[in-house]
Amino acid sequence: MAKQLIKGNDAVVKGAILAGCRFFFGYPITPASEIAEDAAYYLPLVGGVFLQAESEIASINMVYGAAGCGVRTMTASSSPGISLKMEGISYCAGAELPLVLVDVSRGGPGLGNIGPEQGDYNQIVKGGGHGNYKLIVLAPNSSQEMCDLTMLCFELADRYRTPVVLMADGFIGQMMEPVEFPPPVEHLPEKPWAIQGDALDENRIITSIQLEPELLEKHNQKLQEKYALIAEHEVRYEDYQVEDADFVIIGYGVVSRILQTVVDDLRSQGRRVGMVRPITLWPFPSVHLAEVAAKVKGFLVVELSNGQMVDDVRLAVECRIPVHFYNRMGGMVPSTEEIAEKVLTLLEGR
Amino acid sequence: MVDKVLAKSDSFYKIYERNTGANKESTHYCPGCGHGVLHKLIAEALDDFQLRERTVLASPVGCSVFAYYYFRTGNVQCAHGRAPAVATGIKRSLPHSIVISYQGDGDLAAIGGNEILQAANRGENITVFFVNNAIYGMTGGQMAPTTLVGQRTTTSPYGRNPGNEGFPIRMSELISQLEAPVYVERVALTDAKNTSKARRAVRKALQLQMENKGFSLVEVLSACPSGWKMTPVQAKEWINDYLIKQFPLGVYRDRSESVPAVESKRFVFQSADLWTKLDIPTQEPFASGGQPCAGPQDNPRIKLAGFGGQGVLVLGLMLAQAGMQSGLHVSWIPSYGPEMRGGTANCHVNLSHRRIGSPVVSRPTVLVAMNLPSLEKFETEVAAGGLIIYDSSLIDRPPQRKDVQVLAIPATEMADQLGNTRIANMVILGAYIALTGCLSKESITAALPEVVKRKNLVPLNQQALEKGMEFVVSSKH
Ligand SMILES: Cc1ncc(C[n+]2csc(CCOP(=O)(O)OP(=O)(O)O)c2C)c(N)n1
Ligand code: SF4
Repeated sequence: MAKQLIKGNDAVVKGAILAGCRFFFGYPITPASEIAEDAAYYLPLVGGVFLQAESEIASINMVYGAAGCGVRTMTASSSPGISLKMEGISYCAGAELPLVLVDVSRGGPGLGNIGPEQGDYNQIVKGGGHGNYKLIVLAPNSSQEMCDLTMLCFELADRYRTPVVLMADGFIGQMMEPVEFPPPVEHLPEKPWAIQGDALDENRIITSIQLEPELLEKHNQKLQEKYALIAEHEVRYEDYQVEDADFVIIGYGVVSRILQTVVDDLRSQGRRVGMVRPITLWPFPSVHLAEVAAKVKGFLVVELSNGQMVDDVRLAVECRIPVHFYNRMGGMVPSTEEIAEKVLTLLEGR
Repeated sequence: MVDKVLAKSDSFYKIYERNTGANKESTHYCPGCGHGVLHKLIAEALDDFQLRERTVLASPVGCSVFAYYYFRTGNVQCAHGRAPAVATGIKRSLPHSIVISYQGDGDLAAIGGNEILQAANRGENITVFFVNNAIYGMTGGQMAPTTLVGQRTTTSPYGRNPGNEGFPIRMSELISQLEAPVYVERVALTDAKNTSKARRAVRKALQLQMENKGFSLVEVLSACPSGWKMTPVQAKEWINDYLIKQFPLGVYRDRSESVPAVESKRFVFQSADLWTKLDIPTQEPFASGGQPCAGPQDNPRIKLAGFGGQGVLVLGLMLAQAGMQSGLHVSWIPSYGPEMRGGTANCHVNLSHRRIGSPVVSRPTVLVAMNLPSLEKFETEVAAGGLIIYDSSLIDRPPQRKDVQVLAIPATEMADQLGNTRIANMVILGAYIALTGCLSKESITAALPEVVKRKNLVPLNQQALEKGMEFVVSSKH
């Protein structure tokens, strides 16, 4: 198969279309705009629909409508736009709608800047919208994964009838790397629950309202059972040189790529350092991290945020080993050298 | 009560099972409420046009949030104000269906003001039924954007004061100002005559959607006896005496005659020829086999920087494309977004025999500086033993580093001699590969048409490449 040198954002669109997505509702924002632009270009060519909505609020609600009709559909945005979508995301989760949302996150808070940041972890992974819901969150770290994980997002969304987020950062969205595209998905799953504009619709409903507390509690319990099932089956992570490591660094997205080089550099100096990269930010690889923690002296979590994922790592290891933290914010990206320096400082107890 | 009558239409469920309360026979609307009457008019029209089975109702937040208890159609319950956006998503994915956005005045004219205007402006092929009862019914009688001047509500206890909260908003008039809507009418549910006009309007709006003629909206002045604290009879009188004065009845827009009827097509999922349609290559365009280059220039980490317009991003892309086609691992990150408009651009490129870790080049082994600020900014980052290539036609001071290899090349002058300043980047590329042997000339030639989209420029770029190579070769002698 031939490789194509392609931006992460462009790979998302091709991956989505290969996965059977034909409906895109979006609103431009740097550094996610290429996703809307490509969708606008390609979807009409494949019998699909691209619509530029009036806002992120409208676009997530258009996706809500389309997902309720059973088609594969998506939207994409970046941090401030994701904030606006939060109400709609909660409705989608409540109504158990399968859809894909891409967040190519940028610097915040407020208008911030367009640099790569990971300050969206809490709003995406921990909620952001109201109510007792969870989103499956996948964090790609290459153009190839921008394609592959987008396709996986659609599969998981349909398998569990739930919204799934692809959470990238500005660098992963803007970076170009070779991608090998897989063959298209030709058969989409049946969705007997979806509104189809036919006689059976009278028995179908897309809603998130439930006035009776007993019934709403039941609905919530059902959601939690589904989330437990997801947590059991869908945890994904990557280990790099962890086998014999006595110290492990942890990061996702573009950070994990930088950490890989840090591991190589430190290994070449004889340091037994490894890396764990969460691929699913929810469900979080807590069990795996706890297992790794039992074998090493310490963790260093590196994030492009004020320390959001580090809370989950700390919960996972339950204070058994020290969990250190290193970060940059505002669109600044740490160099391999500064992280290596931090690791050495920790290792030598300097 | 109208409730009993409701159950008669085939477009209503016989028993309202979805109502979790005890009463599954009548609606939850208050006596004299306009919602029940409008439901009935809609249901009858769906019956008469035999539309029920392919109708999807987008219901709002407001007293009609439970419209799905009653309508034996497809039902999608929406967030407050978002029904027109949801209806858009439904209609676009089910073009054969009849999609109704049913909304109250708080829902449509306040929180959902943008969604309705934009759906109307797009000419979405949906039908909007807009219940204007001048109040927020569901939440207990607060002020709506349609509340009359002086009208007392729980949040305008001294009467609506235009100095504080503005004037009642006339949505039908507003929407009629747009180009796209096909049909907009305001009706009132009061006496038999007005109700019969309302019936006609409801039917017409649905019929227009059957013919795919576009966006239609029927605004329905409607009683809320509970919110207004009136009897049903008083409420109807109040509509006639006051509400209609602020919101005159009539047709505000009707271009239905001039718009042709069209057939709606079902969405059909196709996946044939996707790779071709998505411009995904099926064959490697070229493969020369990776050219390992020995010494410090193996697996280069390259930073390229200059003014926007000098082509540093394209230069980086050329390296990455040629590297990929030569079987190397590659990555390319640009400086992106509006910052580029400020004048400087840079990119990071990795070429490697191994899987690439960090795509971010913090300690480049190669720096290409096409202007002085770039040289000044990045010179110190270059790894010891690395290489700095700079455009000596634009940069008048050599790098200060003594522990790196330096190549000064008057790239811009050379490009000018070839007749196009903008190919200085290719001159530098030629010099780079000649100096390091990192990529073959063939791989660059093969990559050129992939990167330079304007085919007529390819030969000129090729010339520039060769000039750059010659420069290095001749200066070696
Ligand atoms: C985001 C949000 N804000 C506020 C509410 C509370 N709320 C429910 S219904 C309603 C107003 C409904 O009034 P209207 O649209 O006029 O419909 P009516 O009940 O009069 O038919 C409000 C403010 C909500 N559900 N969601
Ligand atoms: S509160 Fe008003 S709008 Fe709501 S059901 Fe009662 S009368 Fe109708």
